[in-house]
Amino acid sequence: MSEDIIKVEGLTKVFNHSLTAVDHISFSVKKGEIFGFLGPNGAGKTTTINMLITILKPTEGKATILGSDIANQSNEVRNSIGLVPQEYTADDDLTGYENILLCADLYGIPRSVSKKRAEELLQLVELTEFKDKKVQTYSGGMRRRLELAGGLINRPKVLFLDEPTLGLDVQTRAATWNYIKTLKKEFGMTLFMTTHYLEEADSLCDRIAIIDHGRIVVVGTPNELKDSLGGDIVTLSVEKEGDITGLIAGVAHVKEVKKENGSYTIKAESAEVAAPLIIETLRKASHVVTRLSLTKPTLNEVYLQYTGKSMRDAAEESGEAVMARRMMTMRRGH
Amino acid sequence: MTETNGNSKNKLHGLWALTNRELKKWYKAPAVFVLTLIQPVIWLGLLGNALNLGSLVSPDSFTPPIITPPLNDFQMAQLGAYFQSLGNSILGNTFGTTSYISFMAVGMMAFTALFTTMFSGMSIVWDRRLGFLNKVLSTPVSRAVIILSKVFSAALRAMFQAGIILLIAIPLGFQVGLAFTPLNILGVFAFLFLICVGLSSLFIAVNIRSSRIETPMAVMNLLNLPLTFASSAFFPIERMPGWLQAVANVNPLSHTINGMRQLLINETIDYSLLALQYAYVGIFAAVLATIGIVLSWRYLNK
Repeated sequence: MSEDIIKVEGLTKVFNHSLTAVDHISFSVKKGEIFGFLGPNGAGKTTTINMLITILKPTEGKATILGSDIANQSNEVRNSIGLVPQEYTADDDLTGYENILLCADLYGIPRSVSKKRAEELLQLVELTEFKDKKVQTYSGGMRRRLELAGGLINRPKVLFLDEPTLGLDVQTRAATWNYIKTLKKEFGMTLFMTTHYLEEADSLCDRIAIIDHGRIVVVGTPNELKDSLGGDIVTLSVEKEGDITGLIAGVAHVKEVKKENGSYTIKAESAEVAAPLIIETLRKASHVVTRLSLTKPTLNEVYLQYTGKSMRDAAEESGEAVMARRMMTMRRGH
Repeated sequence: MTETNGNSKNKLHGLWALTNRELKKWYKAPAVFVLTLIQPVIWLGLLGNALNLGSLVSPDSFTPPIITPPLNDFQMAQLGAYFQSLGNSILGNTFGTTSYISFMAVGMMAFTALFTTMFSGMSIVWDRRLGFLNKVLSTPVSRAVIILSKVFSAALRAMFQAGIILLIAIPLGFQVGLAFTPLNILGVFAFLFLICVGLSSLFIAVNIRSSRIETPMAVMNLLNLPLTFASSAFFPIERMPGWLQAVANVNPLSHTINGMRQLLINETIDYSLLALQYAYVGIFAAVLATIGIVLSWRYLNK
């Protein structure tokens, strides 16, 4: 338990005495993990992050980061965290390097230290070549990387990322994930991130909390969450005619077997473990497997199971908010 | 923790960095910077010449009375000279100087302070909308520093622009008063600094909770004209109707302008009045800066 870097108990935020944005959530984040908050816009993700980074006061409940209370010891918290905000906060008229130095000044880091650190961080996010160019010439991916570098200038123990790849195209998004992974390895930080991209939560996070209408509906590793749906699906066909349902059902990890249109649909705890065992068993009984496919349930199915709606529908509901944010980014780019 | 991230314990850290950020947006953007230099030229060159009250009392601006016997050329010249000296005494008694452009240039210096500080209210709304404010709030920077950086950057910009106005006014006919010494320039900038601190604290305080850019625009439109014209910027308060005098006398811009006129263009300086003017503007600045800082503690952490 001493490994819990972030501890949240019954955290609640009510706006204007009526709108409950975050409703008694409790969770903890372990040292060195990437913890993801997954949910549609308006689910309470940003409100939670804003409370944890000490810019919103909780209405109720308690949270500590590295043992410091977010409400009473906010300065200790602020010194030990970094933030990569949803928006591009770097100044267009300043260069990338100047923007990083500005971040350093906000932490009171002396120039002798910050200049060296800024160079290192820009190197890490591969912006050294562009460091003396004004940010207005940067692409979306470069701005994102600059925000990442800025969030690390104070060598934070915990880094908060709010929708780190919002509005980026698929390739840039994947590249950004790699930068995040590299930075995490380099600095050994604990990461707390919010996202409404299922793929992002799946590939990046060690553990995920699904949040809906201000409440956490389930917490677990991506695999645990998927396994909780009852397992993977193995589909196979064999050469010979005849029913071998009973034979397959006897294999370890297999939960359920159905024969449909000449192929077998098998529900198994873990498809990658079960499939070789099934093939082995069938071979011993001189059956030749002609086709085989493995299907793992995706987070979308998990999301559907726990919130009663698909992530895509939920995202559409709040499409207006996304549009508004895009408009702002566009306006900003003149 | 201190040794790993080397953070300073200075309560005012980040003040210069944030102030300089605002200033860089101005002097590093050449178009913006050139515009801020051109603007005072336009104001003084156009408004100062368009409103040239001095020309009203020149010998060419009246039609000589038709009397018998008609005036000869010598008498006409004498009448012209008499009218001119009468006019100059009216100007002198009204404006404290016979040069209206000098009178107005000082008003313009205060006007530019008002305009520049209005934008500090706008800039805090932008910072909120663009997420920069949240980013800064998540760092250990003191909340008061966030406000003070906006105040100081507005003050520095306005003082620079006011200096440009003064320089431009000289070729346009600006005349310093008998009591002027180069040291008085420092006194003028002290006035400008105080009024800018007060005004930009006011505009920030009004906008500190807003995330809509329309709010500061509406506030600017509402306050802009009354603050300018219910002041001594273009016309002396003593010649205004009583009710307007009452308003103009409360307006801190009037006291700033009158104080600066004493230092720059008046024939004599009334030092006890000058002290009162400093006190008035100084108290205005101190009170509003305090209100701004208190509100920043309250509303920057919601």
